[in-house]
Amino acid sequence: MTTTVDEQELAARFDETVARRDRIEPRDWMPEAYRSTVIRQVAQHAHSEVIGMQPEGAWVGRAPSLRRKAILLAKVQDEAGHGLYLYSAAETLGISRQEMTQRLLTGRQKYSSIFNYPALSYADVGTIGWLVDGAAICNQVPLCRTSYGPYGRAMIRICKEESFHQRQGYELLLTMMRGTDEQRAMVQESVNRFWWPALMMFGPPDADSSNTAQSMAWGIKTHTNDELRQKFVDMSVPQAEALGVTFPDPELGWNEERGHYDFGQPDWEEFWAVVKGNGPCNTQRIAHRQRAWDDGAWVREASSAWAVRQQKEACHE
Amino acid sequence: MTHDEADNPYAGLLVDDAHWAFGAGQEFRPDEDPVATAVVAPVPEGVDRTAAAAYCLMLGDDALVLAQRLSEWCGRAPDLEEDIALSNIALDLLGQARLLLARAAAIDPTLPPPLPDGSPVPPEDRLAFFREESGFRNVRMVELPVGDFAETITRILLFSTWRLALFERLAASRDSVLAALAAKGARELAYHREFAARWFVTLAGGTQESRRRLLAALGGLWPLWHELVETHPIEVEAAAQGIGVDPGSLVVDVEPVLEQVFATAQVEWPSIGALAGVRGRKGRDGCHTEALSRMLAEMQVVARAHPRGLW
Repeated sequence: MTTTVDEQELAARFDETVARRDRIEPRDWMPEAYRSTVIRQVAQHAHSEVIGMQPEGAWVGRAPSLRRKAILLAKVQDEAGHGLYLYSAAETLGISRQEMTQRLLTGRQKYSSIFNYPALSYADVGTIGWLVDGAAICNQVPLCRTSYGPYGRAMIRICKEESFHQRQGYELLLTMMRGTDEQRAMVQESVNRFWWPALMMFGPPDADSSNTAQSMAWGIKTHTNDELRQKFVDMSVPQAEALGVTFPDPELGWNEERGHYDFGQPDWEEFWAVVKGNGPCNTQRIAHRQRAWDDGAWVREASSAWAVRQQKEACHE
Repeated sequence: MTHDEADNPYAGLLVDDAHWAFGAGQEFRPDEDPVATAVVAPVPEGVDRTAAAAYCLMLGDDALVLAQRLSEWCGRAPDLEEDIALSNIALDLLGQARLLLARAAAIDPTLPPPLPDGSPVPPEDRLAFFREESGFRNVRMVELPVGDFAETITRILLFSTWRLALFERLAASRDSVLAALAAKGARELAYHREFAARWFVTLAGGTQESRRRLLAALGGLWPLWHELVETHPIEVEAAAQGIGVDPGSLVVDVEPVLEQVFATAQVEWPSIGALAGVRGRKGRDGCHTEALSRMLAEMQVVARAHPRGLW
């Protein structure tokens, strides 16, 4: 039986490990609240990868060249792979992939709100790569040093691949900008639609972010939402200039004194509407996942039944 | 690496770096595309160009159309593992299709449909996106709408068993491009066949429901099997010239493999006749099922809206 004294000792050791910025490993003692917070964050990240396959995946069938079709299909396949590593990382904390899927489908666990926006043209494949994957990397690179070991290690591999996707997206847009007037207009229209949702990906302003303080103390999160958002804007502006597109923000401008770009605020009312389920695609995204899950049920059942039969036969031999 | 560098995912984005995006550098130049440069080897002496190009086109269309169908599973497979595997198979077939279509166009430059002057659309894409349905030379099995998972597994099993046997012989083609792509493709197809055979046996012995679905899938696809193994005039010509393979000669390789898979799955060899053509014309003659034009409508829509587009 665990005594209070033991718990206090274990908690102290846990705090020291986090303070040293060492990793917490699956068999280490951890506070229950830490365990459930990491499960929530990793599961939501895994769900984001899997739901994020939908907006771009819908364009695989319509990719305008065979080379682009191969690039896009390989990218969406990578997202499935990221979903797999992340579900596995979460499973080390004692939750099954099936349980996490149920939590996603019943709305108990969320996924990144950005995927509740529609992908409406082939330029969106490029913009999602450049701005959405770009914003995701800004959020995720610090997570390579997150305190939970399996999550941090999964993130190192994921970030490398995301960085590749981001470059591919940017390369698609660069190529389209060298094409026809219609293609250039398509790129600008797409950037106009995705700029604000991309800024929202860093979460609400720090003053309104309920989870930030505890997550930073535990080393799960290492930068605040507003810090990361500023970093993203600072990096994106020169890229937009190189590409030849503008961002739809009249307040955007270099601030010599701060050494950063000033920028306007996203529509936070829209952000909360999307988070609460009223985004353009929330219902569609979950319905798609539910349908895929239901349609695959007989296959998963057959696979389990076959495995059980094989095991029985092996025992009898 | 310092923390600041690690935190900057964009480091190098604006620097010229030829190592990403499939070696194409930041700006894609069609004339430097590896596919375009790989397929321009000279045609062996005495080979009829029209016949050789038609043969490449036929094999390329089989791969392209099945890749398009399999990619419909992306994001909706029974589980993530199968999602990844089906995308993998689609990607392999897409790679084969690109080389075969590009080779067809390199052998017979009159094959790709003409586009407005100055259009940067490369030959492989002219063939894939600007040909009419009747110009496609694939067998009808690959174009059928995607059914359930049992149907997809059975289709991959039949198609990859046939194509693997074909590619193993095609690796000895007098055409160096066909020989090289067949040698590489055979390794891919061996994996596709393995994946499909494993699932075929699993579904046959899984639950009553999975067995019912599997047998229905096999019954539905078998009438189209015959079209793969019967010899078309294009294949007679290609085999006579030493660049292609007569599929009639593959039966001795293919049937024992299928017999073994069916026996393990305790499934009987189907006794269902061949699906007729229209006055004898079938997929290889450009006479398809109703499904192909709908599939092409989706596949070609963006490319056709931008005949001068650069992608």
